[in-house]
Amino acid sequence: MIILLMIALLLVFALLAWRVEKYFIQAPKVVALIAVVIASFLFCFQLFQAEHRFEVWTVIVDATWIEAFNIKLQFSLDQLSILLISLTLLLAFIAIAISWQEVSERQGFYYFNILCAIAGIIGVFAASDVFLFFVFWEVMLLPITALIAIWGHENRYFAAVKFFVFTQVSSLCMLVAIIMLAFMHQQQVGQFSFLYSDWQQLAFSPETATFLMIGFFIAFAVKLPSVPFHSWLPDAHTQAPTAGSVLLAGILLKTGAYGLIRFVILLFPNASMQFAPIAMTLGVVSVLYGAKMAFAQSDCKRLIAYSSISHMGFVMMALFAFNYNAFNGAIVTIIAHGISSAALFCLAGMIYHRIHTRDLAQMGNLALSAPWMAGVTLVFVAAAFGIPGLANFIGEFYSLLGVFAVSPLHALLAALGMIGSAIYGLRLFQTAFHGVKRDNTSTKIEDLSIREGAICLVLAVLLFLIGIYPQVLLQFTFQGGY
Amino acid sequence: MMILAWLPFYPLISFALLIAFQRQLSWKLASVISVTTVLLSALSSGYLMWQLSFNDVTTLSVNLWQWFTLTSFDTGDTHQVNIAFYLDRLSAVMVCVVSGVGFLIHCFAAAYMKEDPHFHRFMAYMNLFLVAMLLLVLADNLVLLYLGWEGVGLCSFLLIGFWYKVPENAAAARKAFIITRIGDTALVIGLLFLFTSLNSLEINTLNTLAQGEWPLTEQRTFWITILLLGGAVGKSAQLPLQTWLPDAMAGPTPVSALIHAATMVTAGVYLIARMHHVFIQSPEVMTLIAWIGVLTLLIAGITALVQSDIKRILAYSTMSQIGYMMLALGAGAWSASVFHLMIHAFFKALLFLTAGAVIYALHHQQNIFKMGGLLKRLPVESAFFIVGLACLVALPGTSGFFSKEAIIGHLWQSPTAGPIFWWLAIIGALITSIYSCRLFFLAFMGSARENISIVKSDGVLIKASLSLLVILSLFGGWLNIDLTTVFQPLTTQVMKQEPSWLHSVAVATPFIGIAFSWWIFREYRLGNSTKIAQSYQSIQTNRVKRWCYSGLGFDSLYTHLVVTPFMFIAKVNRKDLIDQLVMLCAWYAKLLRDVAASLQNGLLRWYAAAFACGLMLWLGAWLV
Repeated sequence: MIILLMIALLLVFALLAWRVEKYFIQAPKVVALIAVVIASFLFCFQLFQAEHRFEVWTVIVDATWIEAFNIKLQFSLDQLSILLISLTLLLAFIAIAISWQEVSERQGFYYFNILCAIAGIIGVFAASDVFLFFVFWEVMLLPITALIAIWGHENRYFAAVKFFVFTQVSSLCMLVAIIMLAFMHQQQVGQFSFLYSDWQQLAFSPETATFLMIGFFIAFAVKLPSVPFHSWLPDAHTQAPTAGSVLLAGILLKTGAYGLIRFVILLFPNASMQFAPIAMTLGVVSVLYGAKMAFAQSDCKRLIAYSSISHMGFVMMALFAFNYNAFNGAIVTIIAHGISSAALFCLAGMIYHRIHTRDLAQMGNLALSAPWMAGVTLVFVAAAFGIPGLANFIGEFYSLLGVFAVSPLHALLAALGMIGSAIYGLRLFQTAFHGVKRDNTSTKIEDLSIREGAICLVLAVLLFLIGIYPQVLLQFTFQGGY
Repeated sequence: MMILAWLPFYPLISFALLIAFQRQLSWKLASVISVTTVLLSALSSGYLMWQLSFNDVTTLSVNLWQWFTLTSFDTGDTHQVNIAFYLDRLSAVMVCVVSGVGFLIHCFAAAYMKEDPHFHRFMAYMNLFLVAMLLLVLADNLVLLYLGWEGVGLCSFLLIGFWYKVPENAAAARKAFIITRIGDTALVIGLLFLFTSLNSLEINTLNTLAQGEWPLTEQRTFWITILLLGGAVGKSAQLPLQTWLPDAMAGPTPVSALIHAATMVTAGVYLIARMHHVFIQSPEVMTLIAWIGVLTLLIAGITALVQSDIKRILAYSTMSQIGYMMLALGAGAWSASVFHLMIHAFFKALLFLTAGAVIYALHHQQNIFKMGGLLKRLPVESAFFIVGLACLVALPGTSGFFSKEAIIGHLWQSPTAGPIFWWLAIIGALITSIYSCRLFFLAFMGSARENISIVKSDGVLIKASLSLLVILSLFGGWLNIDLTTVFQPLTTQVMKQEPSWLHSVAVATPFIGIAFSWWIFREYRLGNSTKIAQSYQSIQTNRVKRWCYSGLGFDSLYTHLVVTPFMFIAKVNRKDLIDQLVMLCAWYAKLLRDVAASLQNGLLRWYAAAFACGLMLWLGAWLV
């Protein structure tokens, strides 16, 4: 019951946060924080009172929702969803903490959107009725669009619309596939069903499987995003408020990876095996193209956005390599990138908050007045370019190793991404914090406040922990379909 | 065991303290913390070395924790990658050199950098560097080695760009990191290759495999060794990735001494020596290593002949000395190579630090054409420098003589090298003595060309650490490092007859070089200031000299071949072509909307006309 409770609680508190603003202007953020704290407690409680380790997808909530189509309110958990929900809750804290002083207009509605988005994302990771999954998929989309469109930067409407259209069009493909699967279930079993577990029993001809698989694949590849469906991401990230970017980069992209694992690879193993060369190539192209584009940017948020494309390329490539090392690599990269990119966006937000520009050319020599900020940025940039000892390296190394065993050429090309990431990473760090501006002045900024320092510290410690003791993640047996 | 487990981590404590408290620590406290932690590492490594030398233990190992596990692709077995240290004679020598020389350089740096406002940050980075370097040397598997490998790269980046306000320094730091990163990527791909072929990344396992029946085909071995060599070449600044090292001299002088002379740049040599059992399996690559070494030592020597900056001369000479080490590795003279590595660390650290003291005394003047007459003005530093140079040119009796002779002596008979390498190495030695003499004559002899006062440095620490390095450089040759338990000699089937004059020629070479320069650089020696000004001019005007000065044009070659196209593509595609294509859809939709909207303009005659046209078309179609 607890997952349902968590989602309901987040939605109720979301409404509360919206309403309460009328009476206490500062209250919404406190309400939001309390909601996330309670949700986290509930989640931990659920995990600790369970007798098993969720090695298979275990149903924990099961109720009928729409009887006519046999749609159920069914939630399940396995270690993959647990991990991703934990990441969601962590980044929810970060998103609220980073907006604590940054957002001043329409706070109530702002936190309403944040809580709704989080509720939607948790639903996506836990729903095992695919209709329900699709509903949550849409639920998380709207609040994020609102976040971009209302609290975003100068070009926010365009970015919000672009984001919305990309996601909607792609999820249409998925919807078609979902409805087809439900009909196939009716043909084969005699009854509609949207249950994932029922679909696993279906028999497909290879062509149908490929067709359905592609439907899901497009939706998730757009979300991941993979070249050539990536171009919504730089705009959305750049224009979104900091918390929006954190949620987008940290978790929303991961719903794409989650979908690929759950609905493409596990549901259609043979079809995706055949599709693997194309998917891996797309991954490699994303790695290289993202790195290349990241280098060319002058807007620091745009640079980080393109770097996300590059990193998610590793995930795509590793997922379709179909071996244990690569799969571990994908999982670690998902988590590591969630943390490190969220941290980088936080830092970009902090800098924007101080000097009101995202243009790298307007920065320079910030390390002089803000040495701590420079230090933590270096840690996160180093994580992004895969310095061993930080989490991202483990992910990249596993992925490359797994891919190399299957297709050395793909691994070789993707390894070039390591050079690319060093180039754009150093560019980001050096132009912002070292050197001087073109007009030879240096901007004086405040160093990290305690709140900001705490955010960075938590994220950095997690990256180090996973980097030198990845067992904390890998003890979960992500056997999945392997 | 505990001693070994703790050895690399003492400086980490100091790093954490210095970063956490920064300027709350006084200079004295900060220096004491950073220097004593390094001393602790040095003492533990000395103790372990003693254990290995005089007790019956040949190796020590300690396993800290399991880092991660890799699954073998074909058998499905899991293979642990541990945070574990492995100490044998080879790593013991390296650890002693790194922590010992590191300790002396830390002492020097504490005094040298005293005035810098960011002293704490500097010492913290230096400490962090030592941690990474010690991890690299002690690693029991290649992934942990790679951790140290990247760690030293990152610290090197931070320290080269320590004075980051100057754009050139920041650029040099970036260049060093990116170029070595290219090598590092080759190394990673090598690791992938090794694991997929042999299901292990543990150094011992791999070496044991290589000593027995080698399971891989010749081609695979070739690629694996080439990729490992790629990593080594990047880190050790050898052809073709050598261009970063001279620019790296932008960092403070203790950094140049510690990272870019004594320790980090020898990591590549260490890697090959560590994996030498695997390299033996591929004689072509061994010969390639020898070629890389010999070409680098010649190119670097020629470039050093025309440089004007004292630190750049030393940088090129470092490159060329590492070239000797590579050459020795390629010839299978493993212990000679490691011996030269150790000796080189002593005398090159001495040379750099003395150069630093000189530069400091002359108000940060680094141009040797503007120095002159230092022999009288800075007698103590000059004496130190003479010792260093004597080792560099390998005058008989100095430690440099022993190590370089050991290398050159191996070349003629080696199955993977041969007489031609011997001759090139001799030419290299000749060039070494010529550029050393040029440097010495210009900077230390003659008379002062710029009338500037000498800044007195009162550092006891500076003098003490330099004196210790002098002792090591002079008598290091007698340190007996016995590496026969580690290294497997190359099997020599054909014993080529060595001519009897080999040895005497090798000994005589430095003297020939000195005599030659005594004559050819007599103007420099006598301090003829017009001649000196002329030849300084000619570096820029004379085309050959300018070409040599720029490091034989490698930089501009790479700029044209790689950097410019890269920047061009980045610039052209800044707007993201794919995005433009996708946005065509949006543009098309907008166009349709505009067309449709303009049709609904509310003007009756338009509607009537459209109606009439449509009717006509329809009728026409029906009639036809």
